Amino acid sequence: MTFDALVYQGLIGVSLAMYLWLLAAGLTIAFGVLGVVNFAHGSLYMLGGYFAFTYYLTLEINFWLSLLLAALSGAAIGSIMERFFLRYIYHLDLAYQILLTFGFVLIFADAARIFWGGIPLIPPMPEVFDSTVRIVGRPFPVYNLFVIFVGIAASALLWLLLDKTSWGETVRASASDREMAGALGVNIPRLFTVVFSFAAMLAAFSGALGTPVRAMTPGIGTSVIIDVFIVTVIGGLGNLPGAFVGALIIGLMKAYGVLLFPDADLFMTYLIMALVLLFRPKGLLGGR
Amino acid sequence: MDGWTTLTKTRLETRLALAAGAALAVALLAIPLFGDYVIWLTANMLILALFAVGFNLLFSFTGLLSFGQAAYFAIGGYVCAKILLAVPSLLLGIVGGLLAAGVAALIIGFLCVRHTEIYFAMLTLAFGMMVHSIIWKWRSVTGGDDGLVGVPRAPLEIPGVLSVDMADLDRYYYFVLVLVSLGIYAIWRVVRSPLGLTLQSIRDSESRVTFSGLSVRKYRLIAFTIAGLASGLAGALMVPLGRSASPAIANWTFSAEPVIATLLGGAFTFAGPIVGAFLFYIIKEIVVIFTGYWMMTLGIIVVALVLGFRGGVVSVVQRHLLPLLARRRNDTGERR
Amino acid sequence: MNALFQAWGVRKTFGEFVAVNDVEMTLEKGVLTSIIGPNGAGKTTLINLFTGKLPCDSGRLDFDGTEITGLAPHQRVRLGVSRSFQITNVFQQMTVAENLQLPVLARLGRAGRPFARPDRDPDVRGEVESLLADIGLGKARDVRAKALPHGDQRLLEIGMAIACRPRLCFLDEPCSGMNPGERAQVQELVRKLTKMRDVTFVIVEHDMDVVFALSDRVIVMHQGNVLTEGNPDAIRNDARVKEIYLGEEVGA
Repeated sequence: MTFDALVYQGLIGVSLAMYLWLLAAGLTIAFGVLGVVNFAHGSLYMLGGYFAFTYYLTLEINFWLSLLLAALSGAAIGSIMERFFLRYIYHLDLAYQILLTFGFVLIFADAARIFWGGIPLIPPMPEVFDSTVRIVGRPFPVYNLFVIFVGIAASALLWLLLDKTSWGETVRASASDREMAGALGVNIPRLFTVVFSFAAMLAAFSGALGTPVRAMTPGIGTSVIIDVFIVTVIGGLGNLPGAFVGALIIGLMKAYGVLLFPDADLFMTYLIMALVLLFRPKGLLGGR
Repeated sequence: MDGWTTLTKTRLETRLALAAGAALAVALLAIPLFGDYVIWLTANMLILALFAVGFNLLFSFTGLLSFGQAAYFAIGGYVCAKILLAVPSLLLGIVGGLLAAGVAALIIGFLCVRHTEIYFAMLTLAFGMMVHSIIWKWRSVTGGDDGLVGVPRAPLEIPGVLSVDMADLDRYYYFVLVLVSLGIYAIWRVVRSPLGLTLQSIRDSESRVTFSGLSVRKYRLIAFTIAGLASGLAGALMVPLGRSASPAIANWTFSAEPVIATLLGGAFTFAGPIVGAFLFYIIKEIVVIFTGYWMMTLGIIVVALVLGFRGGVVSVVQRHLLPLLARRRNDTGERR
Repeated sequence: MNALFQAWGVRKTFGEFVAVNDVEMTLEKGVLTSIIGPNGAGKTTLINLFTGKLPCDSGRLDFDGTEITGLAPHQRVRLGVSRSFQITNVFQQMTVAENLQLPVLARLGRAGRPFARPDRDPDVRGEVESLLADIGLGKARDVRAKALPHGDQRLLEIGMAIACRPRLCFLDEPCSGMNPGERAQVQELVRKLTKMRDVTFVIVEHDMDVVFALSDRVIVMHQGNVLTEGNPDAIRNDARVKEIYLGEEVGA
């Protein structure tokens, strides 16, 4: 591979990584605070994408606003999931949480079919992004640069939120010791709803972000969740910086994989996950 | 933990179980009278029942939730298909699929049982999807996303002993019935055996099992392999039914079928997954008649089950129907 | 003088906290030993290290001349080292008889048999009956463990520990939560089992009456170290021991 191709594909990989990062961040935060692994997280990504389509194409709302509304719609759905369903099974075996969220995967998949039909929705590119930029002598889609920018901005915001605000401190404290936090007066049930909705919002935002470049189908929820699991496991379950690293690794792997080993690129990602789990079960950066 | 399959049942329960079993046996034998569609449906139910019973051995009796059982189902199915495409012997195909799945489960299980709970679930998922991606991409061998078609429903031949042609759906249905029954019976014997006792004990208290002198890891692997064998047999039986193999049977969403069937029927009982398998298909078929949205229906049912009926249908029967019918043995072993 | 179990330089820390600090200990065959000490002395951690529930940070453990430092708990049990737990750890959902079946099957090497019937195995039945008789729970054989009164659960706990026919058996607070009558029962049981089954018991206990009534030898631990050891009378009168138990009654 030439140096040019290395850089070009690398940037593609980084932009892919940003979607994964937003998803993984949500999953990690939800797991860290609630101890829940949400199998429907990928479905929330899907719903975010569909909502964005509706807001932007059907209702012809401004693109930026559509992204925001889609993210908020995801948050709303997340809060309903937590408040009226998940909340009642925290005391049970982990298996039941997995089963419950899997039930939602099924529900959301058909819901998507009902509201948006089964045919893939064609990505609409907003005019402002409909151009390319020359990188290493080749045309590189501006939108991908935008995605990279959004990903970095989101990381910065996330870091600010968690590290510098009192809400962030509460979240981190609850993640490390729920009982203590509760004893210190934190309204744990409400915090859980807020955190879960926040995670759902990140997932939906990631899906919405992808609408101009990725066709939406109802099946995307179940394939995306696998990628997110892989990223989270590589980074370490519950480890936020780890999720970022994991997302980069998988994003780059997908981008380079398509060039280097086109038939085995899927296989490679699963293999990496299996290897990490076998030799460093706590993830590359450690986890819970 | 809800419920528990004990070795001591009330007399009424045993009588009811025997009666139900007899009725079921008669019904199953009479199925071919109802036409091809019913035969095909029942055969699928039986295959799912075997698949689910294997899963349940792992889940309820050993405490391990695996979302990757489809891998062994698919390996069993595809190996059977390849054998049948080369050699027209049903016996070889079935046995080959079964063994291949068992070996795969042994290897993958060895790597997975060092971990528990969420890491175990994720590892089984990863390996499951790895198998799926191999099947999807390796076009030359597996047919890729087109799968393998034109798989002959070869005759059952034991040289010198018997030769049964299987082209007739009736015949093949009985073959499936016999093998599924044998498979389920084998697992039933395991559950009642010292091995079964050990597995159930692991679920109850891992440390107590360790301090009784047993390697928990080794027994988990045994359970995982048995579940893999059951899945592989189920897969091998399914392929000649439709005369094809498709990558869908390796997808993790297919792994969810035995999970849902088990939850539906009742996880912590032996009969639960069997009941659940039948219900699963009935619900699917009924829903498809009215709307296309059987996934959503199943999803809603799963959510309802987890929230309120974790013991499934069997526990509803045990808890609410049976006490109405007779006295029970309570916990201290006395008759009331 | 028959060293059944030896420990050298055994150390265990949890982060900054040193639970067990370079402990050296010899346990002799036929000598009923009690390990006492105030809460936090490291007694249960020590048992966990000796039985393999926790790995040692450093140190060496020998059982009957064989090094067992790196062995997994189930391997140690097979060699003859077993334990009971401070918090009752039996199979709650099974009956008393079914509970005892498992360690017996394990000992006979029959735990993995896929098609036999455990209740139809005469060897298993015989051993389970004999255990039930020894621990005095014969009448409760069909009662589910979770339905047993606390005292009986603790007896079953001891039964599980000796079912694997250990030569060395660690009992972690066998009398916890028991009334005086039940404690006397446990004492009787331990004496009887020592004689009949040729087991050397090592008991971690807080109840000083039991300690002084049963023990041939007492080891005192304090803050992760072995403070002193000796026969019960010597320990009872040891000023340092009284000091560390400040406010607690040290026997009569």
